Amino acid sequence: MSVSLERGIQTLKEHIDAPVASFFTTCVHCGMCADACLFYTETKDPKYTPIYKLKPLRRLWHQEYTFWGKLAAKLGFSKPLTAEELKEWEPLVYDSCTMCGRCSMTCPVGNDIVYMIRKMREGMVAAGFAPEGLKSATERAITIGSPMGVKFPALKNQIKHVEADIGLKIPVDVRGAEYMALLSSMEIMNFPEYIGAIAKIFDQADIRWTLASDAFEATNSGIQIGSSDLAAELVERVVAAAERLKVNYVISPECGHAYTALRWEGPNLIGRPYPFKVIHILELLDQLRSQDKLPVTGKIKERLTFHDPCQIVRRGGVIEEPRRLLEMVAEDFAEMEDHGIMNWCCGGGGGVSTNERAATLKLTAFNRKRHQLEALGVNTLVTVCANCRITLEEGLEFNNMDVAVLGLAETLAEHLAEQSPAPTTTQTH
Amino acid sequence: MTSTEWLIWVRGPGLQLSLGIFILGMTYRIMQTYFLGRAKNLAEPRGSQWLHGMKTIWWRSFFHPGMTIRGYFTIISGYTFHLGFIITLLFLDQHIELFRSWTGLSWPALPPIVITITAVLGIAALVAVLVDRFADPVRYLLSDYQDYLCWVLTVLPLVTGLLLVYKMWLPYTSLLVVHIISFEILLVAIPFTKLSHVFTIFIARWYNGAIAGYKGVQS
Ligand code: SF4
Ligand code: SF4
Repeated sequence: MSVSLERGIQTLKEHIDAPVASFFTTCVHCGMCADACLFYTETKDPKYTPIYKLKPLRRLWHQEYTFWGKLAAKLGFSKPLTAEELKEWEPLVYDSCTMCGRCSMTCPVGNDIVYMIRKMREGMVAAGFAPEGLKSATERAITIGSPMGVKFPALKNQIKHVEADIGLKIPVDVRGAEYMALLSSMEIMNFPEYIGAIAKIFDQADIRWTLASDAFEATNSGIQIGSSDLAAELVERVVAAAERLKVNYVISPECGHAYTALRWEGPNLIGRPYPFKVIHILELLDQLRSQDKLPVTGKIKERLTFHDPCQIVRRGGVIEEPRRLLEMVAEDFAEMEDHGIMNWCCGGGGGVSTNERAATLKLTAFNRKRHQLEALGVNTLVTVCANCRITLEEGLEFNNMDVAVLGLAETLAEHLAEQSPAPTTTQTH
Repeated sequence: MTSTEWLIWVRGPGLQLSLGIFILGMTYRIMQTYFLGRAKNLAEPRGSQWLHGMKTIWWRSFFHPGMTIRGYFTIISGYTFHLGFIITLLFLDQHIELFRSWTGLSWPALPPIVITITAVLGIAALVAVLVDRFADPVRYLLSDYQDYLCWVLTVLPLVTGLLLVYKMWLPYTSLLVVHIISFEILLVAIPFTKLSHVFTIFIARWYNGAIAGYKGVQS
C-alpha cells in the first residue's frame, strides 16, 4: 500500500465519528436522497445518488465497526480500500457534489449525507485524489493568499476605481475599527461594485469598518478540497488580522462557502473560539434595517426572485434576512417553488466551479435552476454569493436566457436614500 | 427431539437466549456508536441542538415537501410493512397470551380477521418493496446482500404465522416451531445487521437535527 493511500485511509478512519456510524448503520438504501440531488435529477444516473458517493467510506466503516466486517477482516475475506477505488470515486465526491446539503434534508432516516461528504473529501485529498482545478486553487490560496491569485495591489487598484466612482474612501488597515470586512476574489475581480455598495451603506449608517491588506480573502479552498490543515491556515490569517486590527466583528461577504468556513468551521479548524464575532453581511444589513439605518428609496417594479446560496441559507442559517432586505426594494418579489432551506443549488458550489473537469456536468445540473426560473417566468434574479452569481450567469448565457443577475448588497446600495426614504417607484432594470 | 420437545425449547430457553442476544447486542451497538463521540463544536451556536434534534426525530416521520413518487412509495410501503408487522406482533391473542404467561401483563387483542389483514398487508408491502428494489435502478445500485437477507428475515415470521393461523403447509406443532424460530432469528439478527436501524434511526435523526439546529436551521 502506498504511503498516500495509507494516509488517506487513516484520515478516513479518523473521521468516522458517532454521527457517521449512526448514519451508515441506519441507511436503509431507499434511494430517496437521489431525488434531492440536482446531479441525479438532471441526469437520472443512479451513480449520482448522494449516499452512493460515499461507498468507499461506507466500506471502511463496515470493515472497522460491524460484526460481519470485522469477522471477514479477521478471516482475510475483506477487500481493503484500493487506490483504484478512490480514484474511481473522485469525480463522484468532487465533480458531482456541490455540498449543497439538500440530500441531508430529505433522508427519511435522518442521514446527514453532506456531513459525510465533507469528511470523505478529507480522506480523498490525503490520499492524493482531488481535482486539479481545486488543487491549484488551494495552492494559490496558500502561497498567494487568494484562490484566483489576487494580491493586495490588485485589490488596491480596484479600490481606487471604486473610490473614484462613489466619492468615498475605502478604509484599509484601520486599527480599532468595529468591523473588518472580507471579500471574495470573485467579488474583487468580477463584482467590485460590492465594495462600493457596502462602503456607501456603512458610511450612511456610520459604521466604523476596515479592510485588512494582509487578509482580505474570505474564501477557503481548503474547505472545498477537504484539507483541514490548509483550511485552518487560511482561517488563521483572518484571525491574525482581526486580532492585529482589534476589531469586534469580521464580516463574511456575499459568498456562500466563505460563511461556512468562517462562521461554522473556522473555530473548529483552529481549535479555539474566536476573540471576535463573525457576522454575515446580510445579518449586518438586516440589523441596520431594523435600526432604521438603511433607508431606501424606490422599488424595482419588475417581478424578481431570489436564489438562496446553499451555504448561507440551508447550511448557514441566514434565511429570512435576505428576504426582509429584498422586500424593501422589490415591488413584486416571487419565491421559486423550492426556496429557503429547500432551495436548489446553482450547480457550482463546493468547488465544482473551480474544477474544469466538471464544467459540462455543472451546466447539466444548472437545468434544475433553469426549470425553476422558467416556471416562475422572471427576468431578474437576485442572489448573495459571487460564486452562485458567476455560475448562474454562465448557465443563463449557455441557455440563452434573458435573466439579469443582481447582488443584493449592490441593489440595496443603489436604492439607498440620502436622507429619509421617499415612496417613489423607479424602473431599474 | 420430537416437535413437542422442540416447541418447549424454542418457547423457553430459545426465546430467552435470542432475547438476551438481542438486548446485549443492541446495547453494544448503540454504545459503540455513542462512544465514537464527536468533536466539541467551538463555533458560537445560533440555536439549540437538543430541541432541533428532537424535532427532527419527529418531523422525519412524515412526508416532506417536494417528495417524488419514489419518496411516497418508500414512506407508504415502509409504514405499511412496519405497522403490519408491529400490529401483528403485539395484537394477536396468542402473542399476548405468551407475553402474559411471562410477565403477567396483557392487553386486549384484535380480532383474528384484523390481524390477518395486517399480516397480509405487511407481506404485500414487503413484496412491493422487493420488486421495487430490482426495478428501480437507484435502489438496485444501492442494495447489498443485507438488504435481501433482512427482507427474508422480516417476511418469514409473517408468512409462517399466517400459514399457522390457516393451518397450512406443516403439522401445527412443527409449523409453530418454525414460526417461533423465524422470529428468534430475526431478533438475533437485529443487532448484527442493518435491521438495527429500527433503533439507530432515532440517533441518526437526532444528530442530523442537532447539527442543523446548532446553526439555527430546522432540518
Ligand atoms: S435517503 Fe437516507 S436511507 Fe435512503 S438511501 Fe439515501 S441515505 Fe440511505
Ligand atoms: S450535498 Fe447536494 S450535491 Fe452533494 S450529494 Fe447532497 S444533494 Fe447532491
